Amino acid sequence: MNDTQNEAILNISELKMYFPVVRGLLRRKVADVKAVDGVSFKLMRNETLGLVGESGCGKTTVGRCVLGLYKPTAGRIIFEGQDITALPEKRMRQIRSKIALIFQDPYSSLDPRQSAGSIVGEALRIHNLVGSKSDYNGRIEQLFRLVGLDPSMTNRFPHEFSGGQRQRIGVARALASDPALIVCDEPISALDVSIQAQIINLLEELQERVQGLSYLFIAHDLSVVRHISDRVAVMYLGHIMEICKSRELYDNPLHPYTRALLSAIPIADPFVEETRERIILKGEVPSPLNPPPGCPFHPRCFMAIPECSQTNPPLHTVTEGHEVACIRVL
Amino acid sequence: MEDADVAELLKVNNLVTQFKTESGVVKAVDGVSYYIDEQEIVGLVGESGCGKSVSQLSVMQLINAPGKIVGGEVIFEGINLLEYNAKGPQMRAVRGAKIAMIFQEPMTSLNPVLTIGQQLSEMLVLHLKMSEDAARKRVIELMGLVGIPAAEKRIDDYPHNFSGGMRQRVMIAMALSCNPRILIADEPTTALDVTTQAQLLEMMKDMVQRFRASLVVVTHNLGVVARYAQRIYIMYAGRIVESGTTKDIFGKPRHPYTMGLLKCIPRLDEEEGRKLVPIEGLPPNLIGMPPTCAFLPRCSWKIDRCYQDPWPDLESVDDNHFIRCYANTGEKKN
Repeated sequence: MNDTQNEAILNISELKMYFPVVRGLLRRKVADVKAVDGVSFKLMRNETLGLVGESGCGKTTVGRCVLGLYKPTAGRIIFEGQDITALPEKRMRQIRSKIALIFQDPYSSLDPRQSAGSIVGEALRIHNLVGSKSDYNGRIEQLFRLVGLDPSMTNRFPHEFSGGQRQRIGVARALASDPALIVCDEPISALDVSIQAQIINLLEELQERVQGLSYLFIAHDLSVVRHISDRVAVMYLGHIMEICKSRELYDNPLHPYTRALLSAIPIADPFVEETRERIILKGEVPSPLNPPPGCPFHPRCFMAIPECSQTNPPLHTVTEGHEVACIRVL
Repeated sequence: MEDADVAELLKVNNLVTQFKTESGVVKAVDGVSYYIDEQEIVGLVGESGCGKSVSQLSVMQLINAPGKIVGGEVIFEGINLLEYNAKGPQMRAVRGAKIAMIFQEPMTSLNPVLTIGQQLSEMLVLHLKMSEDAARKRVIELMGLVGIPAAEKRIDDYPHNFSGGMRQRVMIAMALSCNPRILIADEPTTALDVTTQAQLLEMMKDMVQRFRASLVVVTHNLGVVARYAQRIYIMYAGRIVESGTTKDIFGKPRHPYTMGLLKCIPRLDEEEGRKLVPIEGLPPNLIGMPPTCAFLPRCSWKIDRCYQDPWPDLESVDDNHFIRCYANTGEKKN
């Protein structure tokens, strides 16, 4: 992560996002939900970084902070060299044409009363990206072709498309404003198995075709994340526990949580399954309202020692590009 | 499939379940035959709409209008359950007691206004004629078995006091409460987190062993069946297209759909740079389907015969390994 030979398109440092819990008539703040609690990472141009973790780990919140949908409690978000952490909404709008989002649910994320062409073209209209009507139509047709949809379908409405096709519309919409970064928040988890591969391949092909496109790929399915990402960050209760190259993650996971997470995911191969390490964690993910002291994972950790409840370890580099937040891993 | 196994606990023959809709008859389950042995874990795999859940609901006779079980047999302990009235006392004595079911949504399958204890003891009082006190004791025991901590305290809690994983544990306790012979788990962990999924599946496996029951895991997740099932049925468009031992299905899959599924899912242990091969097209609309193979439009193995003849029956390709396909997929396996 300390390499500077490549250009970082996104540089997040010590990002914190606390949501206040208010109570009573005076709406006094009684506590904080620490959804993201000190997250730092860099995303290089043309790279795909996977953010993986179980529900409530803060992965979606990180994505929303990047899009400027939440104003972070602390920390800095540098996008293409510019600090966008606390930009006024007007300026943020301009930036947002460069950062797009693909949503999880292709059913609820498309306006049912707009035609597919109009949905895809919305960003073009809002950001005034095209001069004439014919440019506009041409661009939409081009986007449809880019995501593998027939341009003759621009006048159809979302309900006339299948789930996979709808997600293609979602991808086309994200591409419309020529973004440098696309935040993909669980883009395939609502789709059927045989359709998922179509969207994964589409995202991979687009990255090859569109110059300098980066993805922040947020998902809970580690197999998918590992497949599409160059590097993977594993999150737990608002913290990054481990970040490394995708290949390293399966070959050499170091954090006990990563190891447990990997072992919890069955591989579709009974011959491999016979010999795999199986770590069954005790208990459930604690509430981010009341996180345990020290390392957030220590109450469930099979490697924990007394010191683990005292300090929350920062990420440290174990080998080049492989960072772990655990005092038991040296 | 046809060999009469002595330990056969459940045998389903040619089950047909249809739904009448305004646009036509949906053949959700269209001639499904399978069996479950004693103390066996069987996987039933398919994508949404393939009929895997409807087939299981049909076994339990839980199909409501406009759905209807149109034909077939469900032989359980030597008796055809479909001859029982769905709402009659004989079917009730089987449903929930001898064949129990767990659903995907632990949120919606528990009654929010009754305590966990009330809901769990209902079964014991109803089916096993236990007294309230004895039932309460047994409930605490069951809750402990499925890994709910401090069961004596939590028995009087309401469903909203429990997390999703804990609710599913309650559902499992409920399903096990009458010592069922068969436990049908319909996507039991899909709505839950990965580490919770692993906990629950491991616990379910231990429980069916302990209770000497059989487990039917209905899922779209090939990993889950690879890890837990001994035998697998693959469903597509209301029919079983391939069946065999787990090692045969994954080691030498023979139906083009199964082969396609295995090539289109990312694997945790895959080589870097592996390309996924999607199955092109979409699952068919189950209304007014042609008599030919339903996978034909998406199949890369199709031969002329597939267009001419109706969808074939399951035929043996190996010991205990059956496929419903004309193409000789065994020739060049990749």
